[in-house]
Amino acid sequence: MIDVLVIGGGNAALCAALMAREAGASVLLLESAPPEWRGGNSQHTRNLRCMHDEPQDVLLEAYPEEEFWQDLLKVTGGITNEHLARTAIRHSATCRTWMRKHGVNFQPPLSGTLHLARTNAFFMGGGKALVNAYFRSAQDLGVEVRYNSPVDALELDNGKFVAARIGNERIEARSCVLACGGFESNLAWMREAWGQNERGEWPADNFLIRGTRYNMGVLLKFMIDAGADIIGDPSQSHCVAIDARAPLYDGGICTRIDCVSLGVVVNRDAKRFYDEGEDFWPKRYAIWGRLTAMQPGQIAYSIIDAKAVGRFMPPVFPGTKADTLPELARLLGLDEAEFMRTIDSYNAACKIGTFDHTTLDDCHTEGITPAKTHWARPIDTGPFYGYPVRPGITFTYLGLKVDDKATVHFDGKPSENLFVAGEMMAGNVLGKGYTAGVGMTIGTAFGRIAGESAAAAAIQRRDSGVAREAA
Amino acid sequence: MKQLEALTREAEALASPGAMKEQTVRWMGKEGAVPALTANEAEVGRMMEICNACRYCEGFCAVFPAMSRRLEFNKADIHYLANLCHNCGACLPACQYAPPHEFGVNVPQAMAKVRVQTYADYAWPAALGKLYQHNGLTLSLSTAAGLALFLVLTVMMTGSLFHEPLQGNFYAIFPHNTLALIFGVVFGLAILALGIGVTRFWRNVSPGEASGVAIAEATTNALGLKYLDGGHGKGCNDEDDRFTLRRRRYHHFTFYGFMLCFAATSVATLYHYLLDLHAPYPFFSLPVLLGTAGGIGLIIGPAGLLWLNLRRNPEQGDVAQRPMDRGFISLLLLISITGLLLLALRDTSAMGLLLAVHLGVVMALFLTLPYGKFAHGIYRSAALLKWSIEKRQPTKLKLGAD
Repeated sequence: MIDVLVIGGGNAALCAALMAREAGASVLLLESAPPEWRGGNSQHTRNLRCMHDEPQDVLLEAYPEEEFWQDLLKVTGGITNEHLARTAIRHSATCRTWMRKHGVNFQPPLSGTLHLARTNAFFMGGGKALVNAYFRSAQDLGVEVRYNSPVDALELDNGKFVAARIGNERIEARSCVLACGGFESNLAWMREAWGQNERGEWPADNFLIRGTRYNMGVLLKFMIDAGADIIGDPSQSHCVAIDARAPLYDGGICTRIDCVSLGVVVNRDAKRFYDEGEDFWPKRYAIWGRLTAMQPGQIAYSIIDAKAVGRFMPPVFPGTKADTLPELARLLGLDEAEFMRTIDSYNAACKIGTFDHTTLDDCHTEGITPAKTHWARPIDTGPFYGYPVRPGITFTYLGLKVDDKATVHFDGKPSENLFVAGEMMAGNVLGKGYTAGVGMTIGTAFGRIAGESAAAAAIQRRDSGVAREAA
Repeated sequence: MKQLEALTREAEALASPGAMKEQTVRWMGKEGAVPALTANEAEVGRMMEICNACRYCEGFCAVFPAMSRRLEFNKADIHYLANLCHNCGACLPACQYAPPHEFGVNVPQAMAKVRVQTYADYAWPAALGKLYQHNGLTLSLSTAAGLALFLVLTVMMTGSLFHEPLQGNFYAIFPHNTLALIFGVVFGLAILALGIGVTRFWRNVSPGEASGVAIAEATTNALGLKYLDGGHGKGCNDEDDRFTLRRRRYHHFTFYGFMLCFAATSVATLYHYLLDLHAPYPFFSLPVLLGTAGGIGLIIGPAGLLWLNLRRNPEQGDVAQRPMDRGFISLLLLISITGLLLLALRDTSAMGLLLAVHLGVVMALFLTLPYGKFAHGIYRSAALLKWSIEKRQPTKLKLGAD
């Protein structure tokens, strides 16, 4: 019988597998995807938010624990667990040496991400390069990896893990780490979680999934039904506004639309609905998915003029381009008269100061609702561009409740050999909101902790012969 | 860019004006008529727009930072980026949009397809650009022609392929001046053709004047194969996503082996004309030592590159170009093996035969320098220089300045 079974193939699962193997356990990792799609959502990530008290290789200045914690407190609106959050934050200060040892390469921030130079360490080549490095290291260390192996059920005995099932196959292990993601790829569950709105729409029907198609939430559902302690709201997720033309799954980073703060955003009725200049775009992009989800038809249009071109990351799909605003409205299928009323009143309300996209400048509107509080410049210079956006779900926050050993709980009691890491428990720290790179911080910290815990539990059971008796 | 431009100016001055009319790449003219992109170029353009919205690979090499200075990709940009790409392969396994993703991004492959097209497009005379279409055949025929020429000449000169031992005196078979004339003319023409080709490439992509710093950096990057290090120093990808320095090292053996052989010939020429010292030179003379070291490098390097080429993941690069790659590598191997054999057996009756074979394959290499894999070094060096110039210019874009 193997010691540690790891279910999942993303960052958290790999961290758990590597740690357990390093602790002397035999490890089997089950990835539901085929090799070419391995890595879950980690293949779309690019950085790790890291605490550090002084400059560290690719990280500038300092990002102390307290500041990290305050940032997290702010984005989650307090829906977090301070002890677990601080556990992950402290872990981020020291884990990179270990990551490098397993082949992860770090680099200074990418172009267009200089605002993260102090807080986030970027993976050279992105998350898929990190996943490849971990799989190579796992192979070198003798972790057994099986692809195309979606576990559909567990065998539990009074909160203890006994075996995992793939169809008729039964795989026993002394301990188990669950790290197989949220349920964002499961469209039926997303529909149910978001329900029907006051307009009679099922908003989730119009969502796109930015990440993997393999996070069906099978074991999350199984664990909920098995009575594991749950945390989080099923409608909460990392949800950003992405290009409406993105593929249903795996659109990843390149489908984001970065010009919101440089123009205006209107909904299907050609009306503005939120302050586009509230804060720097990187601090606001994670709220626009939810804002768009609240609009009729769950669609919105980011509108810019020629002045914005070259000031934002180029989107992957070309914008709809027109020489005049009425023409743009027609091409986008928006009511021309209403669109012109919206733009005209916005243009008239702009109090132009000194435009500076690098500061919270003094270009703002007066006398309209919603206001645009920074970077407000009239949309008056053709050609004009429009980009359709829809909510893009990266990962859901509903998960299993844990302690600082990443232990799964049943009725407040910790399981002796079942642990959980990654998106399946990120909701303990992230009740809502998001800040760049924190998903990888949680995944790496709790993945490594879960691996250690699972190895310790397995070795103890192996040594004491508990597993043999139980079998 | 003083050196390269001076070189190419000279090359052009030597070319007859009539010959220049054969150019097929007319879009670079001042008339402003830019023809449509080829399918391979359009594919690079499509991928670059995806990559430009992602940029995760920015740390691997110069291609992605060069890309991020642009919002649109015209024909010249695509030719430049294709030649800047060293086919290290790092960005393919790292790509979240690689097949089977519907975006189907495979930058090394798309770049390779355009790269070989640029060698043909810029070739001079233009009609000979077609030699890239069946480059394996081109190399085979050149080799056959080179061998036939020197075997026939040997028989004509000595009456037989074997002879009484001549104490290693090549000139007893081929007079020195005959060899110098034949090889000098062919080599000169090859350099002329490459010079004209790279000048035309440079004019399309030229970003401005080169500073000394830019030239020094580009030279270091070219001679050190900077962009085969993967950005992290661990090397490039061959059969899988593992990084190794093997390709860089074998390439160094090949390139520096070649240069040592070239140095051996140059020193021998100086000995001959300046010092009146004539071959055969003793084993421990400078020309023979240089040639021997170069020959050994030119066995280890190409043998290693051939081994890597045979093992390389077919998704990496353009498999259709493997006959060109392997043909060129094999030719280098034949040159070094026959050269060392000739040295070892120069006091025997087989010297004439070995000399004919060695000179035949060297001739094949010289004939195909501008119409084979060799051209990659010239165009890539030019692209590296452009990058070293361009990166020092202020960018017009203000992306994500916040």
